[in-house]
Amino acid sequence: MKSPAFARRRQFIALVAVGLALAGCKPSADSGKTGDSSTGPIVVGEFASLHGSEAAFGQSSHKGTELAFDKIKATGGLLGREVKLIVEDNQSKAGESVTIAKKFLSRDHVVAVLGEVASGRSLEAGPICQAAGIPMISPSSTNPKVTEVGDHVFRVCFTDPFQGKLLSDFAWKTLKVRKVAILSDTASAYSVGLAEFFKQPFVAAGGEVVLEVKYASRDKDFKAQLTAIKASSPDGICVPGYYTEVGLIVKQARELGLTIPIFGGDGWEAPQLIEIAGGDALKNTYYSTHFSPSQDSPAVKEFVAAFKAKYNEVPDAMAALGYDSAMALAEAIKKAGTTDPAKLTAALAATDFTGVTGRTKLDAQRNATKPAVIITVENGQFKFLQTVEP
Amino acid sequence: MSEFLQQLLNGISMGAIYALIALGYTMVYGVLRFINFAHSDVFMVGSFVAFYVAPRLGSGSIAGGMSILCVAMAASALLGVVIEKLAYKPLRGRSTLTVLITAIGVSLLLQNVGQKLFGADPKAFPPIFPARTFHFGTVVVNSTQLVTLATTLVLLVALHLVVHHTRVGTAMRAVSFNATASSLVGIDNNRIISFTFALGSALAGAGGVLYALNYPSIDPLMGTLPGLKAFVAAVLGGIGNLAGAALGGLVIGLVETFVSGTRLSTYRDAIAFGILIAILLFRPAGLLGKARVEKV
Repeated sequence: MKSPAFARRRQFIALVAVGLALAGCKPSADSGKTGDSSTGPIVVGEFASLHGSEAAFGQSSHKGTELAFDKIKATGGLLGREVKLIVEDNQSKAGESVTIAKKFLSRDHVVAVLGEVASGRSLEAGPICQAAGIPMISPSSTNPKVTEVGDHVFRVCFTDPFQGKLLSDFAWKTLKVRKVAILSDTASAYSVGLAEFFKQPFVAAGGEVVLEVKYASRDKDFKAQLTAIKASSPDGICVPGYYTEVGLIVKQARELGLTIPIFGGDGWEAPQLIEIAGGDALKNTYYSTHFSPSQDSPAVKEFVAAFKAKYNEVPDAMAALGYDSAMALAEAIKKAGTTDPAKLTAALAATDFTGVTGRTKLDAQRNATKPAVIITVENGQFKFLQTVEP
Repeated sequence: MSEFLQQLLNGISMGAIYALIALGYTMVYGVLRFINFAHSDVFMVGSFVAFYVAPRLGSGSIAGGMSILCVAMAASALLGVVIEKLAYKPLRGRSTLTVLITAIGVSLLLQNVGQKLFGADPKAFPPIFPARTFHFGTVVVNSTQLVTLATTLVLLVALHLVVHHTRVGTAMRAVSFNATASSLVGIDNNRIISFTFALGSALAGAGGVLYALNYPSIDPLMGTLPGLKAFVAAVLGGIGNLAGAALGGLVIGLVETFVSGTRLSTYRDAIAFGILIAILLFRPAGLLGKARVEKV
């Protein structure tokens, strides 16, 4: 005999099934087509890590992009049409960027995708955009693999082989490091790549890597690795990671009595680095990045002033690159005279314009070759040290 | 040699925190026979409570630090009891699987409410105890590690006294041994279960504060990883066994530290969990657990 409860449950299941079927029908009306409608506003999708462990990157980069869009809107949009920026947050989580890229393409019909800072997450969205033939511009992912995805993926920053080489030169010539220990993040494409690109030129110059140890993103304890590093007595430590972990690493290294120089790449760039590690611990640390607000150039000064007026803070490299990525796209749309994906991609490939991070000229691999700056920390403040030309 | 001593110290202070969290898992398992997956988020809430009360209670002195620790433990205990009353008590007598899924739900709820309430970005945790560094030859000991070890030791002794030398502790062991029989001899099972949750959650709260003190960057998802490690520690030591949980925590802490300090550091978690599998193959009930016959 069937109980009333069982019958009720069956009714409920049937109801849910009908609901699901209806929900499934709805989007089919406007899906099946990607790309622009050629009337109405030009829609651009931006995905960024606005929350989570790399939130400072996403927030900065997004502010830069937003400022660029304000400027484009103020000058009357593009091709006589309005522009619209749609922003999605991937919360610094793996896997989210794929979903966001698919949403941009199938629901928002974007003409181009902007994002992300972290190479690992740009690598997630890249193949989706490549398959759909919609151009994607990464503002600041430096891992070479990002643009190797295909001819629709671009970046407006330098790549890690360049950054690794300049870090190696800086360590060898300026810091006079001969024996180095490397502490990198196994879970980050950026960190693994940069560690390798640092190691090759350093060893080639005659340097010795005395110890190479790993950690994983979201680790908090690095004392074990640092104790082993201390025992191998290097002259410097290379930490090509992101600021959340780097802050704790520097702090714990100093607690263990390691006073040698610690250096890394643009993943360090965030005010939170100083908050987490503390100004004292960051003495004798150095990192390479794309931009410094104290650089002496009219473009930089104008950008810094506009950024301060809007957000009441000083822009960092991620903000500058976020701005340049949107500006590069605007230039390309103007030059192509259309938002047709193929023509826009061709115009992007020929990008050569001067933004706030210097002249951005893309090579055949769709990477930018541009100068880098080296920053240190003094009295709890970031301080511009030098510019390195490619 | 000095490297070995330094790593030993690092490992013990890491293991001490795992032990504190593991005790909560094992205690709840002891009385209710289910894994409280929300436990690792009570740990997170503990550190956030400390973060928010620290400016009011004056951090940086021993007395201030102690009072912050006590407030965080009390708040965690309260949260543990509330979770038990609202989420688990209505399911008493249902299958363990139902309660287990509910626990995962509570865990996700706490994480997401935490992200809304506290913000999802990592926050810098203030040094609530005075920070000093001591040098013994080449071995460096900092006061945070000493505070961690001392607090853990005091809490472990206190827990032992409560469980083995008080009436409520005796009642806890009775419920754990046989819940039906304990209610027949006049023990109020619900009160004892609430008490167990309070005790376990207070320990998680203390663990949260100590963890944040050692690694001063806290965020609403910080509980997941140490929670998982502590759960493994509890299983390793023999789930349901208090001494086992403490021992398991210490073993996991030491193994992780010693592996991290070598060129095998990439495989740290793989090795730690591999050891778990190996131990469970030979001793399915864990290091100190007693194999018991499941009555069906």
